[in-house]
Amino acid sequence: MDQTFWTYFFVIATFSLYIGIAIWARAGSTRDFYVAGHDIHPALNGMATAADWMSAASFLSMAGLIAFLGYGGSVYLMGWTGGYVLLALLLAPFLREFGKFTVPDFVGDRYYSKVARVIAVICALFVSFTYIAGQMKGVGVAFSSFLGVPFNVGIFIGSAIVFFYAVLGGMKGVTYTQVAQYVVLIFAYTVPAIFISLTITGNPIPQLGFIGNVAGTDVSMLEKLNTMVTDLGFTEYTQTTKSKIDVFCITAALMFGTAGLPHVIIRFFTVSSAQAARKSAGWALMFIALLYTVAPTVGAFARMNFIDTVNEATYITDGENYEERAAQILADGGKPVPTWYKDWETTGLLKYDDLNGDGKMQYRGPDAPDGVANEVVPDRDIFVLANPQIANLPAWVIGLVVAGGLAAALSTAAGLLMVISSAVSHDLLKRTFTPNMTEKQEMLAARSAAAVAVVSSALLGAFASNLPFVAQVVAFAFGLAAASLFPIIFLGIFWKRMNKEGAIASMVVGLVTTFSYIYYFKFGGGTSDQWWFNFGDGGVSPEGIGFVFMWLSAAVGVIVALVTKAPPQDIQDLVEDIRIPGTRTSHGIADGGMAPLPAAE
Amino acid sequence: MSTTTHTADPAGYWKATIRLTISLLVIWFLVSYGAGILFRDALDNFSIGGAPLGFWFAQNGAIYVFLALIVVYCRKMTKYEKKFGIKG
Repeated sequence: MDQTFWTYFFVIATFSLYIGIAIWARAGSTRDFYVAGHDIHPALNGMATAADWMSAASFLSMAGLIAFLGYGGSVYLMGWTGGYVLLALLLAPFLREFGKFTVPDFVGDRYYSKVARVIAVICALFVSFTYIAGQMKGVGVAFSSFLGVPFNVGIFIGSAIVFFYAVLGGMKGVTYTQVAQYVVLIFAYTVPAIFISLTITGNPIPQLGFIGNVAGTDVSMLEKLNTMVTDLGFTEYTQTTKSKIDVFCITAALMFGTAGLPHVIIRFFTVSSAQAARKSAGWALMFIALLYTVAPTVGAFARMNFIDTVNEATYITDGENYEERAAQILADGGKPVPTWYKDWETTGLLKYDDLNGDGKMQYRGPDAPDGVANEVVPDRDIFVLANPQIANLPAWVIGLVVAGGLAAALSTAAGLLMVISSAVSHDLLKRTFTPNMTEKQEMLAARSAAAVAVVSSALLGAFASNLPFVAQVVAFAFGLAAASLFPIIFLGIFWKRMNKEGAIASMVVGLVTTFSYIYYFKFGGGTSDQWWFNFGDGGVSPEGIGFVFMWLSAAVGVIVALVTKAPPQDIQDLVEDIRIPGTRTSHGIADGGMAPLPAAE
Repeated sequence: MSTTTHTADPAGYWKATIRLTISLLVIWFLVSYGAGILFRDALDNFSIGGAPLGFWFAQNGAIYVFLALIVVYCRKMTKYEKKFGIKG
């Protein structure tokens, strides 16, 4: 059985599973469609949240990023997990007790304002659309490099699958599909990691291999890696070139951004009570931690394997017979370029330029002690997909990893689609412009919005194919969520005095400042020496700026609220209610358009 | 007034919740921003297995502590709900 067979096998098997689940979990009402009937078990919801949360970026790119950033990669590890502590302690149980369908619902009702609702819709749509384009691009890449299907056809197949289960099943279909996708992706991630850890350190548990010694020696794996990379002129693996303030701010922006991202928050509306929401956040983090504590190991091993197999290898051109030439190089005591390298070279994600004309591949850092120039430029995104080949694992493992990457991308895309369709059908149409809609009409609007969103995101993904899109999007999505949504949700729960005027001012300030800073430095020609808060070793990068503006946004909100009228008594009573589980009653001014959902008994 | 645990005391419940939340967030800050970033150089003088301690916290340890914090929070909140007579 060759690799293509196994890849097709796993992709077709998992896709059929998703379709089967979608047919079984059709949505019958808007309650099913928006919040999956409101009675998902906390552990299942935790699994769905984990799949929702771990995108193509987590699955495909993160380990590769860590491999090349070393300690600098910690910002992703801590940032993308630490936000769950904030979610569990500060937001999830209270938002569930509040009992509505979406994040703009909370903002609009808590701040008794259509303007606030619409601004929240804009934030949610902006964050979701930019994010989803990256997922679709990931789907296109996985299809084109493994199944020999053109990039755009890959996006089309992926979109058709998501279309089917999101439009038909809504949140209910998405939830159960995400549970299946979690199982596929975690299995696909850990199986190769276990093999690799076993090969390098002799320990099958990747988390222990990470702190263990290289097999058969008493040198620790990280120490060996540090020596390897410094010998080639890179920064030590356990160090970073980023300034401390930047590491601090990026980590914080990712944490608060995680807590403010609408597609994560809506998952907590699907459980039955505040208590279930707390538990569900715990389950979600546990399922996420299974992948996130393995990722540093995968990254470190990838870097080590890459240097071992590629550096100083003799290159074989496409014109030569690979087998003959490789045998000859080996006989001369040399190291031929590995087959996986030749396979991946065709994707254009690996670049080799023989600068010194010796026919060998010199991989060097910026401060190479031997003064040799670097000749090999690998794309970081290939490592998770290429790792099984680099480590010579069986063909079925590679097929499994491809299916896992697709599961990660599709589950996140589906979660984001739900945010987009509910923002349009529920928040814009039902709650703002056409409140007289019947439930049937609203369902139709929700399905149409989901359909339009799938098509537009597929187009966005196709257009994004030539942009370094995914990395830029992360800064936008997390920075904006941290600076514009997190402060007003937090203040809305913990400060009764927070009012409409304060909320609108806070969102606008957070949105405008963060957007301008990121836009200027990512697309407007700004350079890194102009970054703000530079205390001698570099300032705050666009990735971290959301954290700084979050405080500004909160401060402006509080000041404006203090100089304007206190919120109506109804709202203050509502805030009391959501703090104490089981006491939520209807409050005229906040619930006029839609009564709260009761807790399931 | 009865001293049984069935009397609902929302104010006491909310006060206990806030106190718990703040203490857990202090730990959250110390293990991530503290051990993993601000004081990592000092912690790197120690090691866990073959990894420098500060580096390990940044890449693995903080995540385990985050998970433990949520578990403690869930347990304590369930206890508070019983103690202060909240429905939950």
